[in-house]
Amino acid sequence: MTDTSFQHTPDNSPLFEVCNLRCERDERLLFSALSFAINPGSALQIAGSNGSGKTTLLRIICGLNDGFEGQIRWRGFDRSEQSEAFAADLLYLGHRVGVNKVLSPLENLRWSAGLQVKVSEAELMKALSDVGLRGFEESPCYTLSAGQQQRVSLARLRLSPATLWVLDEPFTTLDVDAVARLEQTLADHAEKGGAVIVTTHHKLELPKLQRLTLG
Amino acid sequence: MDSTALNKPSTWSAFALTLKRDLLIAFKRKNDIVNPFMFFVIVVSLFPLAISPEPTKLAEIAAGVIWIAVLLSAMLSMDSLFRADFEDGSLEMLLLSPHPLFFLVLAKNIAHWIVSGLPVVIASPLLAYMLKLPGDSYLTLLLSLLIGTPTLSLIGSIAVALTVGLGSRGLILAVITLPFSVPVLIFGTLAVQSSAAGLPAGGYLALMLAILAGSLSLAPLTSAAALRISVS
Repeated sequence: MTDTSFQHTPDNSPLFEVCNLRCERDERLLFSALSFAINPGSALQIAGSNGSGKTTLLRIICGLNDGFEGQIRWRGFDRSEQSEAFAADLLYLGHRVGVNKVLSPLENLRWSAGLQVKVSEAELMKALSDVGLRGFEESPCYTLSAGQQQRVSLARLRLSPATLWVLDEPFTTLDVDAVARLEQTLADHAEKGGAVIVTTHHKLELPKLQRLTLG
Repeated sequence: MDSTALNKPSTWSAFALTLKRDLLIAFKRKNDIVNPFMFFVIVVSLFPLAISPEPTKLAEIAAGVIWIAVLLSAMLSMDSLFRADFEDGSLEMLLLSPHPLFFLVLAKNIAHWIVSGLPVVIASPLLAYMLKLPGDSYLTLLLSLLIGTPTLSLIGSIAVALTVGLGSRGLILAVITLPFSVPVLIFGTLAVQSSAAGLPAGGYLALMLAILAGSLSLAPLTSAAALRISVS
């Protein structure tokens, strides 16, 4: 990927754009004519009651689910034409945290972060201690609490070079301190020119935050 | 943010990372290694008890017994290939990684074969000895298993990828896999039997190699597509 032309967005089109999205699931209309755009430096909070299709929307955004109609554009290009470059620039944390129970946090992170970016052992250790897992790096994950396992997946945020973060309920199992720290991480990411799409019932305070309510 | 492309790991390193991770998981969760292996040993050692301990009778069925036990233990072990990753969400990470899914699935297949197929291959001469397999067919048996077991893993991985999203799979895995595994079984036993009869087995082994080459290039592709369907 020596040609970095995709980094320059043509005609100032937004980083990520969804046009006229429509999704039906199990013969139930989740949303239709849904359009939004997100630019570097901003955040989008998706709200809505349980079952309103928040997770489905996030999975459509990432490309995990293709049962939809409408256009999805990334940096002005059709996402499907740039899928590899898009994947390199996307970080998705689902509500299943992607932490293997028999591996330690360090081993989990080495793989999950290592798929996307070259990281050194020191960087891995620092990321884990930044999310409050110092001293737990080598313990198997089945000995950790749900919140700690969530933190293992959040450690990826500290290593990922991706511009677009898509987070599905990242606050659910976290304690007050960790929630504050995650909010700070999101704000820092936006400040550095990143973009965040997040579903949460939590009241988010971020600069340039847009809200979208489903259902 | 423009360093994304520069700092991206090569597909080869993602392949190696995935291979190492899966091997590590298998060695920590010893069931994956021990279960198929023990199953294989038990099935084979039941035959002399049930049929007859007479050397001439055993020698006649040895090749078939070993190959059937290999096939069954391969099917038993397949279930663990993608299930844990599907349940904990790692599979989504795999699908969303910026690397061709072909190589990552291949890495998982290879790790799975090293864990479940290789021990069976290594133990097979010992069990063949127990079944009084004629002396000159041991090499053929080893070769046919070395070619056949990865083929079975690759074929099985398609079925597992297709069914990983289903709650209870039961027999469906076997129903999908068996028809495609039968040629491997036929050529494997034919190879061993013909070399036991003093005939050349090269032709059968070459056919098995051709099946392996075909599944090596096509199965990961198919599994990758099936995984995308299962996850969406």
